[in-house]
Amino acid sequence: MAQITNVAAKNKTPRKKFRLSYEAKDWIAGYLFILPVMIFFIGFIVIPMARGIYVSFFDYSLRNFEFIGLDNYIHLFGDEIFLKGVRNTLFIVIGSVPIVVLFALFVSVNIYKKAAAVRSFFRGVFYLPAICSVVSVTVVWGFIYEPNYGVLNYLLSAVGTEKISWLADARFALPAVMAVLITTAVGQPIILYVAALGNVPVSYIEAAEIDGATNWEVFQNITWPMLMPTSLYIIIITTINSFQCFSLIQLLTSGGPAYNTSTIMYQVYERAFTLNQYGLSSAMGVILAIIIMIISIIQYKFFGSDIEY
Amino acid sequence: MEKTIKTKPTVLSVLSMALLTFFTIFFIFPFYWIVTGSFKIQNVAVQVPPEWFPLAPTLDNWIALFKTPVLRWTFNSFFVATCTLVIVCTTAAMAGYALAKIKFPGRNFVFWLFIAAMALPKQVIMIPLFTILVKLNWINTYQALILPAVGWPFGVFLMKQFTQTVPSELIEAAKIDGCTQMGIFTRIIVPLVKPGLGALAIFTFMNSWNDYFMQLILTRSVTMQTLPLGVALLKAEFTTPYGVLMAGATLASLPMIIIFIVFQKYFTQGITMGAVKG
Repeated sequence: MAQITNVAAKNKTPRKKFRLSYEAKDWIAGYLFILPVMIFFIGFIVIPMARGIYVSFFDYSLRNFEFIGLDNYIHLFGDEIFLKGVRNTLFIVIGSVPIVVLFALFVSVNIYKKAAAVRSFFRGVFYLPAICSVVSVTVVWGFIYEPNYGVLNYLLSAVGTEKISWLADARFALPAVMAVLITTAVGQPIILYVAALGNVPVSYIEAAEIDGATNWEVFQNITWPMLMPTSLYIIIITTINSFQCFSLIQLLTSGGPAYNTSTIMYQVYERAFTLNQYGLSSAMGVILAIIIMIISIIQYKFFGSDIEY
Repeated sequence: MEKTIKTKPTVLSVLSMALLTFFTIFFIFPFYWIVTGSFKIQNVAVQVPPEWFPLAPTLDNWIALFKTPVLRWTFNSFFVATCTLVIVCTTAAMAGYALAKIKFPGRNFVFWLFIAAMALPKQVIMIPLFTILVKLNWINTYQALILPAVGWPFGVFLMKQFTQTVPSELIEAAKIDGCTQMGIFTRIIVPLVKPGLGALAIFTFMNSWNDYFMQLILTRSVTMQTLPLGVALLKAEFTTPYGVLMAGATLASLPMIIIFIVFQKYFTQGITMGAVKG
């Protein structure tokens, strides 16, 4: 301690050679250490983001670049296809998030007390679709859903169902895509829940059991409240991921039939890369970002939790 | 008393186990189906009722697969993922150290900037990023597939979380001994945050290996395509036999499955550390 103050005192006195104080040296070191990441962050995140917002106010195509104010946004709110995309996106989010959370909770509660090897096995099984390339996932599901020789229709024919074109029938395409999305989304929540369940103090549960609480009462009054921060995090990331669902749709249905599986994200891509309407596409991206932000804030407030980063 | 409660198999617990078993089969089946499908000839692959186990396995699909540019695609995926991993781990470890342990003005601002960027959807930046890369003439180059991924601040966040667990006393002691910040970083921080770097390396590799969207919009020629794009290309050609497609899908997923089985500990650590702390 004495040594430190001694050094600090020495630094305050002027010296013949110019020397930086320890504090200033720390500042410089700090900036130098974040500099590499900052270059990439500003170049590939901040500038594109600012430009995305900027061009959303322009009529921007291959030939045109003209300021039109809010016209892109106004146009989108009267655009039937875009509104269908919004509806489909909300349908996916509202349908898949509760299923993912409940499914993950169900699996986690049933595996977290088991031996480490068994736990690892189950965690691995349910994380499998998430670590596999989305292209592999869609190849196999496309094959399973195939109307003429797919496994699904074969199994259903045992109970006398007609052949269904899962991905080409307007009634089934969106739920079929959602089912695949859900299988790819449950892995991470299960890992998080298993870890969180392991952190619930056993003494609380034992005390409650001695007092005669049923398993359900223990879960409701002890386990669930203690899982709240984890649940909130899972809900938010699952919501964001469901909103951003793109690759599955592009590879399984290309948004069809008749825009029935077309989401906002898919249209962002389609407008830009097949129709070259960059301004409209950017406006859609901005709208998507705003929707996601609003919903994340609502979820955060609603579940009013004290998560610390 | 409570022991009898735990060991008595209730209807509910039997039902739960049955359901869990069903789900397990449901999740394993697609991968079983891909792998076995890659060993079936075309008219067996599409026969009804399905052949649940390949009775006459054939390597024809794999031989046909290797007649496509699949080795080049695999190399591209591997090269891009490895370069991304190295740059992300280096830059994120440095920034994570600065944000966790070095005091400098604006530190909190920078940190919250990263958090805010992470919460925003990537989609807003995709199209402008694409037009910027077009202007840089980077489309269809390796740097376009590698460098934009480095800007994503998840790694910085993860490494900050890990670096915070390093005792500050160690750093203070090293400073008193005259160690420079670079020396502290390489000799104290890096060895102590190795588990974090391991987790980050795996996630970065996985995200790059499994990426589809960015690689789709940033590549043009068949030789610059990555493995997922290559398999998608085969899928788009309707003449490709299912077996070949399945072989490609197996090849695209196998490396990650192996990495996951070997390094499951790092996955679990990375996911939990990157999420909720405290």
